[in-house]
Amino acid sequence: MSEVIEITLRSLLVSGLATLLAALFAVPLGLYLGLKGSGRAGRAAIYAGMALPPVVAGLFFYFLFSRSGPLGALGLLYTLPAMVLAEALLAFPLIAGFTLAGAAERAPRVRTLVRALGGTERQVLPTLLVESRRVVVAALAAGFGAAISEVGAATIVGGDIRHATRVLTTAVVLETRRGNLEAAAALGAVLLGVALLVNAFLVMLEARR
Amino acid sequence: MRRLLGLLLFLGTLASAGGVLRLATTTSVYDSGLLDAILPGFERETGLHVQVIAVGTGQALKIAGRGDADAVLVHAPALEAEFLRRGLGVRHRCVAKNRFLIVGPEADPAGVRGARGALDAFRRIYARGALFVSRGDDSGTHKKERALWQAAGLVPDGRPWYLESGSGMGATLTLASEKGAYTLTDLGTFLYMRDKVRLLALFDRDDPRMLNQYGYMEVNKKRFPWVNAAGARALGDYLLRPEVQNMIGDYQKARFGRSLFTPLFGRCAVPVKP
Repeated sequence: MSEVIEITLRSLLVSGLATLLAALFAVPLGLYLGLKGSGRAGRAAIYAGMALPPVVAGLFFYFLFSRSGPLGALGLLYTLPAMVLAEALLAFPLIAGFTLAGAAERAPRVRTLVRALGGTERQVLPTLLVESRRVVVAALAAGFGAAISEVGAATIVGGDIRHATRVLTTAVVLETRRGNLEAAAALGAVLLGVALLVNAFLVMLEARR
Repeated sequence: MRRLLGLLLFLGTLASAGGVLRLATTTSVYDSGLLDAILPGFERETGLHVQVIAVGTGQALKIAGRGDADAVLVHAPALEAEFLRRGLGVRHRCVAKNRFLIVGPEADPAGVRGARGALDAFRRIYARGALFVSRGDDSGTHKKERALWQAAGLVPDGRPWYLESGSGMGATLTLASEKGAYTLTDLGTFLYMRDKVRLLALFDRDDPRMLNQYGYMEVNKKRFPWVNAAGARALGDYLLRPEVQNMIGDYQKARFGRSLFTPLFGRCAVPVKP
């Protein structure tokens, strides 16, 4: 039982940090592109990024962090930081894309409003962020959902090492492989429960503003 | 945020506090729980934390061959010999053996029960065109299966009854069970999964062709200067210790009525020479 808690906390930590890390760059980028209105190439690239298979993201970081790879000296392969980076890469296009879509729709109205109140163009972006907070919360939920539910990158970059890099999804795969299908299903239920709690928290945050 | 980062670093370095030893190994020794049973003794003794990466033999050797593991425990003598020949590994030691079995549906449409030997069993499956699930994943078991077809002078590829699962042994047994198909399995995984699948051991005999040998190698420090060579050597010494070898032989013996793994005490049943 305590091992399940340990694995659950690790899952939360990895996907939570990955979501925050991705959001740090993805939310401003989404807002900026939404405000600009144009930038179709950027939009297409971000939407295409949503199709990045987790296994491919995992392989990218595997070769990057492998001891024989370009950043091998860091010794990051099969560690949590490497997993956070891989999950962040997967969450990034979802967060940027959702933010972009929502912001683009609100941008003209927000700009008119800011100008009418005597604001400058530089004040449009922060106002747009406040006005798009529901969209940003949805974007964070999408990014977090992608990070906590995927197994391909987590397996390749993390290695499913017990007491070190095992997370809920890789534990589900292990139990399935061992033929313990009931245990695997139970872990899946834990994952869904965690996702529900996190999203309830996000929605509460959104409502408080 | 800072606290979270701190926790992350803590969780990340927790393992490396007393030094880490990475062992790339096959799912058959990990999924059966054997390593979880014998490694804690080694960890207590040395203070090393053994991180096990359980994948197929082919992948385990690839990981170790890039210097991403300190040692390997695998079961494909030909691939192990190549690993040594290429200077990627050193000090090969034979840890344990068991056997491969042909399992299948109770009805046994191809008549594997009556086969004179392993090759005859494969010929019967081929002649009958009975469903057969291959691992298809470059694992030790897959290598063995391919070698058996080849030795029998048969090419099953492309036949409608020849299915490739591309997954681990447990998943492959489940697939074979659902499809009512035959498959080749290692004894350990089958015993472990026996109650969860509708498959019977139809060919379970002391045929030298069905020998399944597990070998341990240390990753060559001369090639990969960062590996924990002292730790890898210590783990090899530990695995070969008589009391640990006996522990391997007795693992879950009471539960299954036979040994999952037979200790080799370092004496290889199939020679592995570079």
